[in-house]
Amino acid sequence: MSFSYTNAVDLAAGIAAGDFSAREVATSFLDRIAETDDQLNAFLAVDVSGALATADAIDAARARGEALGPLAGVPVAVKDVLTTKGLPTTCGSKMLEGWIPAYDATVTANLRNAGAVIIGKTNMDEFAMGSSTENSAFGPTRNPWDAGRIPGGSSGGSAVAVAARQAPLSIGTDTGGSIRQPAAMTGVVGVKPTYGGVSCYGLVALASSLDQAGPFATTVADAAMLHAVMAGHDPRDSTSIDAPVPPVVQAAANPDVKGMRIGVVKQLTGEGFQREVREHFQESLDALADAGAEIVEVSCPHFEYALAAYYLILPSEASSNLAKFDAMRYGLRVGDDGDRSVEQVMALTREAGFGPEVKRRIMLGTYALSSGYYDAYYGQAQKVRTLIANDFAAAFSQADVLATPTAPTTAFPLGEKVDDPLSMYLQDIATIPANLAGIPGMSVPVGLDDQGLPIGLQFMAPAMADDRLYVAGGALEAAIGWEARP
Amino acid sequence: MRFEQAISEFDPVLGLEVHVELNTETKMFCGCSTTFGAAPNTQVCPVCLALPGSLPVVNGTAVESAIRIGLALNCAIAPRSRFARKNYFYPDMPKNYQISQYDEPIAVNGYLDVDVDGDTYRIGIERAHMEEDTGKSLHMGGATGRIHGADYSLVDYNRAGIPLIEIVTKPIEGTGEKAPEVARAYVAALRDILRSLGVSDVRMEQGSLRCDANVSLRPDPQGPFGTRTETKNVNSLRSVERAVRHEIERQADVLAAGGTIVQETRHWHEDTGKTTPGRTKEEAEDYRYFPEPDLAPVAASEQWVEQLRATLPEPPAQRRARLQQHWGFTDLEMRDVVNAQALELIEQTIEAGASAAGAKKWWLGELARRSNDSGVALPDLPIDAVGVARIEALVAEGTLNDKMARQVIDGILAGEGSADEVVAARGLALVSDDTALLVAVDEAIAGNPDVAQKVRDGKVAAVGALVGAVMKSTRGQADAGRVRELLVARLTGE
Repeated sequence: MSFSYTNAVDLAAGIAAGDFSAREVATSFLDRIAETDDQLNAFLAVDVSGALATADAIDAARARGEALGPLAGVPVAVKDVLTTKGLPTTCGSKMLEGWIPAYDATVTANLRNAGAVIIGKTNMDEFAMGSSTENSAFGPTRNPWDAGRIPGGSSGGSAVAVAARQAPLSIGTDTGGSIRQPAAMTGVVGVKPTYGGVSCYGLVALASSLDQAGPFATTVADAAMLHAVMAGHDPRDSTSIDAPVPPVVQAAANPDVKGMRIGVVKQLTGEGFQREVREHFQESLDALADAGAEIVEVSCPHFEYALAAYYLILPSEASSNLAKFDAMRYGLRVGDDGDRSVEQVMALTREAGFGPEVKRRIMLGTYALSSGYYDAYYGQAQKVRTLIANDFAAAFSQADVLATPTAPTTAFPLGEKVDDPLSMYLQDIATIPANLAGIPGMSVPVGLDDQGLPIGLQFMAPAMADDRLYVAGGALEAAIGWEARP
Repeated sequence: MRFEQAISEFDPVLGLEVHVELNTETKMFCGCSTTFGAAPNTQVCPVCLALPGSLPVVNGTAVESAIRIGLALNCAIAPRSRFARKNYFYPDMPKNYQISQYDEPIAVNGYLDVDVDGDTYRIGIERAHMEEDTGKSLHMGGATGRIHGADYSLVDYNRAGIPLIEIVTKPIEGTGEKAPEVARAYVAALRDILRSLGVSDVRMEQGSLRCDANVSLRPDPQGPFGTRTETKNVNSLRSVERAVRHEIERQADVLAAGGTIVQETRHWHEDTGKTTPGRTKEEAEDYRYFPEPDLAPVAASEQWVEQLRATLPEPPAQRRARLQQHWGFTDLEMRDVVNAQALELIEQTIEAGASAAGAKKWWLGELARRSNDSGVALPDLPIDAVGVARIEALVAEGTLNDKMARQVIDGILAGEGSADEVVAARGLALVSDDTALLVAVDEAIAGNPDVAQKVRDGKVAAVGALVGAVMKSTRGQADAGRVRELLVARLTGE
């Protein structure tokens, strides 16, 4: 029996009710991975025995009449940037090939506690640097809508796992759009929660002040169910917010936008956005208005500096975060012949272990932080960050949520932008501001372009008002009636 | 160049950086134990090993200690301070950056007064900030234990993440020929304060208090500062003084010969009494400081700071002055007390009932001698203030004489038990029972008729010989004063 097209809410309910077993569900998705992943390359590791063992344990617990967690028996694929005890975690890099973490990320532990079946680890741009998943050291992930195209990135593996129904749910991380952009490119729902809403403990950091883990799902309600399990205060992460998780599940269950003010960001609608992207965005706004929302225009004049600020802050933090990969304690070690010095082995290892995009950003960040340049680069970028947060504050005084197209284009062919970093960086033009300000964002699929490729719309809400995303997203989903499959 | 000549030609300016390991139970950013001397790499976790994905969490007790240190050094406590990353690659530093504080330290702008030969020098404190310690590299094979020539190196990460406070002085000017002594006195005074706060073990030999000494010379005391060197590896109070003195002499030689001082790190060698060059500024790292994004700023509310201020102990210098006056010791006596680390011991002995003079007599006399002979510091001798107070009481009440008291000390130090137990076990009580003594007195009179007659004839001074005879026959366990009284009474009827 195949459960590929059963959504996660129904899977959880069916397993809890005994309509089918967790093992049947796990087997179905494992079979689907086996059938499709040679082509898609969404997974870096598939934990067949672990998934089946967890599924069996859930079935046994149910047979004993024990209370089951909210995700009991539901398979979840996890981006390979979150640590999983006993399962390899590579971050898509040769640097960590073969490293098996001794500890679970808090998100991983939350999944296990909720009864989720961790089915495998998904492909990604190396250390989450990229917008196409082409920067993985283990080969690119392909878009199930067109295998010649990229799935977006950096969480391309997690997006494809859900889009291709290899898993009903998956987890990605979003530093500048790495959940929302691939969600848009693959026609699934992807959410970047409020910064600090989901623990970063065990998330191998790219840019600590921007990184946030979040859910992928095929429906807004499924995403809410996973979001609620992932989120919550964690004393091991000092940036974690000590406040109740926003009521995302309730919001998704009752997505009424009547009277909701939806702000369209003037600066993120016109030039540079593909024609069909603009058209579907407008149709979506019309549908929301029909459902009772009030559409208003807001202006965020400092967003034009967001990309520049982002590409100073991110490389600066990344250059420091990635310094720990030095061949001393774990991971790759190159050139240790007994004669070379520690410094030589470190240098040879980092030369061999990091791909070109990682090296590019380490060099950018090292330069931006260096003595005499700090104020002009990093310091200035932090000021821009404040201005962007101020823009958002002003916009949210006029609107309850903001709406933009998620990405300027639909999925592009593999290899097209590999040698053009700037054009690649522009993929995140609409998603980066939310990361700089620490606010939540969601991408919802809204249609297909002329070539049959998915298009996404992004909602953004004030910090810790993640539930508003689920109201707006749920309403849009219902209004559009999206049912397309790759 | 001799020191005196160097000082006559140049004016020294000092700057001292002291790193203090806090004695918190857990590390600065994780829950690992900080116990000194554990087996290598047994006090580590994902955080202090910098395993991918791990994150730091600030140790609140360490922040509290930092604030108390800042307050004790008369600093202003920043209502908001921030951690920063200091980036450089080093194998014993797991993250290849150190979490430290840079432009927003927790405590700034204080001072510490130190006394040298009766003069008070006010040492300005630039800042005190929090940071984490690194691991320790052990270079195996090779002759020197240093990295050059080693066959291989091992790293012990137990120390990685131990909380440190770095205390940096402002430039110390105007000390002239006293510069080396002022440096030493500053570190000593700082150590006393830290010890009184109870925030650190302050053991220089174990590295829980480490000093880097910056020294520069200028020909004109009003002129601009000269180029400085920073001397590391200065691991005792005596070394602080010697290293500063040596560096003044060395720099004076270079300058007098027309040379220039290179801004560099130098290493102090205890054995040769010299410094040798380390990193020069050209090779020095650009640390690329930036605010630590994994940690929220530290907020020290006024209420919290005042709460901590109320817990500060009396400053050591003030306390010494108060006790000196109370005990009636001279300056010289007090200095001996402090140098012998006997201040607390004497204070406790007095609290346990001894007189000030009595407590001082035992600790600075007999016990100081034993301490010197055995090389064990006075506070570490296996005898405590209560024991000494009891001995003094037994002497005062006439149960022991001084000679016996020394035997009791022998017994206690040998682990034979308390003062009373040693007295009982060794049969050391003075014979002051008159009946028993009178027998001995009569025997002495009978055995020395000539002497006895002299006393009867009025030469009372002659009684000493009879006292000696009684003491001899009682093997020293008689109270000599009482024996004398009994003899005189017997012979003169008084």
